Amino acid sequence: MKSATIQLETLTCPSCMQKIEGAVKGVAGVDQDSVKVMFNASKVKLSFDEGQVSIEDIEQAITRVGYEVQKTSVR
Amino acid sequence: MQRLILRNRNQIALISGILIAAAFTSKFVLGSLVVFEWLLIVASILGAAPIGIQAYQALKVKVVSIDVLVTIAVTGAFLIRNFEESAIVTFLFLFGAYLEQRTLNKTRSAIKELTEMAPESALKKMADGEFVEVPVEDVDSGDVLLVKTGAKVPVDGTVLSGEGSVNEASITGESIPVLKEAGSQVYAGTILDNGTLQIRADRVGEDTTFGRIIELVEEAQDSKSEAERFIDRFSRYYTPAILVLGFIVWLVSRNLELAITILVLGCPGALVIGVPVSNVAGIGNGARHGILLKGSEVISDFSRLDTMVFDKTGTLTMGNPSVAETEFYGGHGEEALSYLASVERESDHPLAKAVLEAIGETAYHPVSATEVVKGAGIVATVNGHRVAVGNRALMEQEQVELSDKAQADIARFERNGNSLVLTAVDGQLKVLMGVRDQVRPGVRENLQRLRKLGVKHLVMLSGDNQGTVDAVSRELGLTEAHGNMLPQDKSAYIKRLIDAGRVVAFVGDGVNDSPSLALAQIGIAMGGGTDVAIETSDVVLMNSDFGRLPHALGLAKATAGNMKQNIMIAVGVVLVLLTSLIFSDWMNMSIGMLVHEGSILAVILNGMRLLRYRLR
Repeated sequence: MKSATIQLETLTCPSCMQKIEGAVKGVAGVDQDSVKVMFNASKVKLSFDEGQVSIEDIEQAITRVGYEVQKTSVR
Repeated sequence: MQRLILRNRNQIALISGILIAAAFTSKFVLGSLVVFEWLLIVASILGAAPIGIQAYQALKVKVVSIDVLVTIAVTGAFLIRNFEESAIVTFLFLFGAYLEQRTLNKTRSAIKELTEMAPESALKKMADGEFVEVPVEDVDSGDVLLVKTGAKVPVDGTVLSGEGSVNEASITGESIPVLKEAGSQVYAGTILDNGTLQIRADRVGEDTTFGRIIELVEEAQDSKSEAERFIDRFSRYYTPAILVLGFIVWLVSRNLELAITILVLGCPGALVIGVPVSNVAGIGNGARHGILLKGSEVISDFSRLDTMVFDKTGTLTMGNPSVAETEFYGGHGEEALSYLASVERESDHPLAKAVLEAIGETAYHPVSATEVVKGAGIVATVNGHRVAVGNRALMEQEQVELSDKAQADIARFERNGNSLVLTAVDGQLKVLMGVRDQVRPGVRENLQRLRKLGVKHLVMLSGDNQGTVDAVSRELGLTEAHGNMLPQDKSAYIKRLIDAGRVVAFVGDGVNDSPSLALAQIGIAMGGGTDVAIETSDVVLMNSDFGRLPHALGLAKATAGNMKQNIMIAVGVVLVLLTSLIFSDWMNMSIGMLVHEGSILAVILNGMRLLRYRLR
């Protein structure tokens, strides 16, 4: 399990949060309970299984619902 | 294509606005209804594109978002050929989103300023001894770094060589330059105002004090209170429910116009955004003033506070004893003081240190025949005089006579909570000193401010004896004061208060009272950024400044109040919209959208007021 912090473009509508949360949780290999979309910080924090899914896949899932990924750090 | 459209939302809003203006000009100036309609059709399609795309993306992940409601409403308006409505509603929605983004950035600015203070690069000593600029991520603990004038200190570290003054505002909230020389600790994010330092990195990145503060503030601004989680759950079902309601209205009344108006009027927005906006602005204001409020739950508890419990030593008082009062008898005071200093210089008694500090620079004389009287003091020969330094028992033993005035002074000093140091030269009392742990300056006034802010009970707990505790309590005007308390007694006392239904804050230095900090609903640490303090407490006063406490409480109250106002604005607007839909004939989609966007801006602007909050 690795944990990632993804910095997004500034989030302005609270319904974005539901969308992004839905998109990230929809990726297989992402720990469902760990997904946290931070509205004010405009960040997503999550844990994922690097054997099952790559961080790029997760970034893509977010981009697909229409939000720009600015910076990602994985620990 | 999708991304292109989404990225240019704001430009689309602008063009759509121009088209609508042009349409109305052609209608009223040229009288051309055909041009009017076509311009509005183009504006509608253009404006609906980004909204529709967002709606589609939301539905893909099974979320019924506001975009979905608006898209359906606009499509409906289009179908019944009400192009005026469809164009204006899409424009207002996009334009509102733009304004929201601008104003939200403002409310978040305080915290953004903080995170932007994070250092980005460092001058690192390489294997060949040269300093090379590297990104701060490439610095490991143990590396040697060079910090030049005007640069940010990149890590927490120890100064190896050099000298300079550092502005530690990012850590303490106080922009007073602090002198640093070899051996001093420096902190990441602070700025070297002048001088040059070579430092050894001790902690880097997120492990630095600054890194942890940022992390905490970021977590805090997005932490949710019980009420907020409820609103979140509510809005998850609310939006689909509005959709269903609109559909039922259409089925029953066969009035598509009415049905789509309901979709627009029912948009949540102000409700969902109102509380987070207050939260981020309030926490941002605190961060600017060296006050860390850990989240909206803390703010809500803090604002309802009625009892504040203080640790005495180090919180209300300075933490080290010092000479508070002095009286001289029978002249030659200077001489007596120099004898006193000469004797005390050779003692390691805790009171001796305080006495020496109070006397300061003086002439020292050789001391001989020193005799320590256990539990009483010291007798020695200085310059051929017999000098006795100690308590009353020593004076009796030395048969020093105490005048009526001296006796009265002694009684007064004791009442004020002092330990006594009497000095007799050749059997004559010369100096009386009262030594005590003195109250920190300004504490009394700040306690008064807390009282004005509605704190009913100000309680002090201490390990010291009851007499000392009572004296401090009288000086400060506390409601209650209890002495002889061990750390576990303090936490037991706090538990009793909580069980009695009080909302309790505990203020301590975070060193030996962490159980109490953790137990109280609000733990407030005065530790200037120490690890324990930051971890266990709910509110951190960054530079141990007691004067921040009233601001912190006032801010929490203002923020909690602001949240309530925002909830009221949001709920009120929806109620007004829905009732006027039923009872009036002027309500339509465009007005609904205007009011909806207006209410969102209203809650954001209301939240923004918190950024300027100051305690009066």
